[in-house]
Amino acid sequence: MNPNRDHYPKGEALHRSLSRRYRSASIWQTLFFSALVIAILSLAALLYNVVDGAFGYVAFEYKNDPSEFTSKALDDLNKQELLDILTTNLSSGAFKKLDNEKAMEKRSKSDLYTLVLERLIQIDTKQTWSMTDSIFRSSEIKAEVAKKYPDAKLEFRSWLTPVFLTTPMSSKAEFAGVRTAILGSLWMVGIAILFALPIGTGAAIYLQEYASKNFLNRVIQTNINNLAGVPSIVYGMLGLAIFVRALEPFTSGSMFGVTDSNGRTILSAGLTMGTLVLPLIIINAQEAIKAVPDSLRQAAFGVGATRWQTVWHHVLPNALPGILTGSILAVSRAIGETAPLIVVGASTFISLDPEGPFSKFTALPIQIYQWTTRAQSEFHSIAASAIIVLLILLLSLNATAVLLRNRVQRKY
Amino acid sequence: MENIQTPEYAIETKNLFIFYGSFPAVSEVNMRIEKQKVTAIIGPSGCGKSTLLRAFNRMNDFVPSSYVTGEILLQGQNLYGKDIDPVEVRRKIGMVFQKPNPFPKSIYENISWGAKINGFKGNMDELVEQSLRGAALWEEVKDKLKKSAYELSGGQQQRLCIARTIAIQPEIILMDEPASALDPISTLRIEELMQELKQNYTIIIVTHNMQQAARVSDYTAMMMLEKDGSRSGTVIEFSETKKIFTNPKDKRTEDYVTGRFG
Ligand SMILES: Nc1ncnc2c1ncn2[C@@H]1O[C@H](COP(=O)(O)OP(=O)(O)OP(=O)(O)O)[C@@H](O)[C@H]1O
Ligand SMILES: [Mg+2]
Repeated sequence: MNPNRDHYPKGEALHRSLSRRYRSASIWQTLFFSALVIAILSLAALLYNVVDGAFGYVAFEYKNDPSEFTSKALDDLNKQELLDILTTNLSSGAFKKLDNEKAMEKRSKSDLYTLVLERLIQIDTKQTWSMTDSIFRSSEIKAEVAKKYPDAKLEFRSWLTPVFLTTPMSSKAEFAGVRTAILGSLWMVGIAILFALPIGTGAAIYLQEYASKNFLNRVIQTNINNLAGVPSIVYGMLGLAIFVRALEPFTSGSMFGVTDSNGRTILSAGLTMGTLVLPLIIINAQEAIKAVPDSLRQAAFGVGATRWQTVWHHVLPNALPGILTGSILAVSRAIGETAPLIVVGASTFISLDPEGPFSKFTALPIQIYQWTTRAQSEFHSIAASAIIVLLILLLSLNATAVLLRNRVQRKY
Repeated sequence: MENIQTPEYAIETKNLFIFYGSFPAVSEVNMRIEKQKVTAIIGPSGCGKSTLLRAFNRMNDFVPSSYVTGEILLQGQNLYGKDIDPVEVRRKIGMVFQKPNPFPKSIYENISWGAKINGFKGNMDELVEQSLRGAALWEEVKDKLKKSAYELSGGQQQRLCIARTIAIQPEIILMDEPASALDPISTLRIEELMQELKQNYTIIIVTHNMQQAARVSDYTAMMMLEKDGSRSGTVIEFSETKKIFTNPKDKRTEDYVTGRFG
């Protein structure tokens, strides 16, 4: 008989050793579970914090009484009456400026309504409250407002509204929106993808399918891996030096006859973001290409395909879902980046939609950063709303990536 | 004296060594493989059967460290000659792999792709039908040519791979344990198929199955590790299959084919 059998525990000893193993297993399981709970709690706290700021009571006064401008209730005015009020009460200089931005007759009724509120009646926000306060201390707040601001109106407001999404920037929080910032972010991400996806995929194909395992290629590979971890502000410096300054004739559009801008354009920002995500895209694409089994390459070579035919007809199509998923995830990192944009020179106050790659730009994180640094509490409320918008944008990008991955499941 | 035409042989190797780095996985192989016959390569695991087979259509090129000395002659031309394009070699010498590896495409495209990239100008539908008939698969798939090849059974997939190889009209078909992943009935079908294919093609097959080698092949090459302990494989006996199995010259061959090896 095999003598080694005697070296394993038996009977009572076996029981003891087994229960010891179960005990340590359950300790580890508890530890892992608590780790999960901590992660979920901090996520929940983050979400709560953001949502808490975006809804709640607000106390405000009209600086000028509406009755100074019209005898009717504001909400009953039609478009022509609103226009008349603006014509008579705005200074002609201010009116012309607005007219130049967009012809007054062509503006919608709600546009004009907002202008009347913003320019003539002028809202003066006294104080805002968080959602939790508004719900649980409703009566105290009402009493406080009645005492402190006898003329003020109290309103429970969602700062995040459809109007918030579709209005451009304004110096007054009540009238500010994130339209310009959303468009800026989308433009930037679009340019970043257009730039980084082809280059990243190309580099990944070269590294996986063509490069031999020599010293130089190993150095390149290591550097790409390291570049993925370089702090984003460094990419900002790079973008400033290369895209904003060195390539100014190109990024400002002066090469193409655009005259009214410098290098601090959407194009520069997009290219900077493209460079930032490039290493991530390369690494993700390499993984996707690696996942295509060798048997498929052999099959193609076996029927007399060249390397390029093999890559183009088999490797790339089968790696593509993975490449796209990886790129979307990489880009969703870019959409939340703030530091490089500040360095590259995002504008903090723009109310005009970006018209093309050579426009000045702002982006959601810039807008959020700028609003949170303001002293007035109403700006913190719109910052919270903008954060929600950014999070939703991020989530939908990630959801697209997951859907893409699940839809095109591996066939081999 | 160079390049004497030897049309009676499909492939001839002269003093062939195959290296992985500095390790000679296969050494000193001299064999002449007859046209339109089935030649089996047998031998214990690790003796270099696959290495030798892959050298015949330059699939070893994809192992960066591998290289070859000596000659492999195809109609008098050295396959490893300077002006030989390996892509052209692989079109002339097709390969069927151990594990069925159809493309993740339709059955039709599995056949047509190889033809297309090699510049086939004829009627594609006919080529697909003929190739599938040639691989004894047509009746089973003629109604679902547009379906994915992955919906076929393993045995059907392997016959599809054979059809794919036939479609590019090679002169020689290499098969590396083509039935080792298949059930006995599918194996039998592949074996029958080989008998039909050898009317038009030269077939070289690696197999671990002695009965299979005895059933399907006309010639058998017996490979073994060198006696000197170098872990390098070589062909120790190469002759008609009948002889190898009934009257081998080498004691090691006899031990191996009768199952006394090891
Ligand atoms: N890609 C490779 N790189 C380095 N060495 C290799 C490589 N492929 C095979 N070898 C070595 O070459 C020798 C022969 O391998 P090969 O695969 O040709 O054997 P085989 O006879 O086909 O074995 P099996 O019957 O198990 O398939 C082995 O020692 C193996 O370790
Ligand atoms: Mg093998």
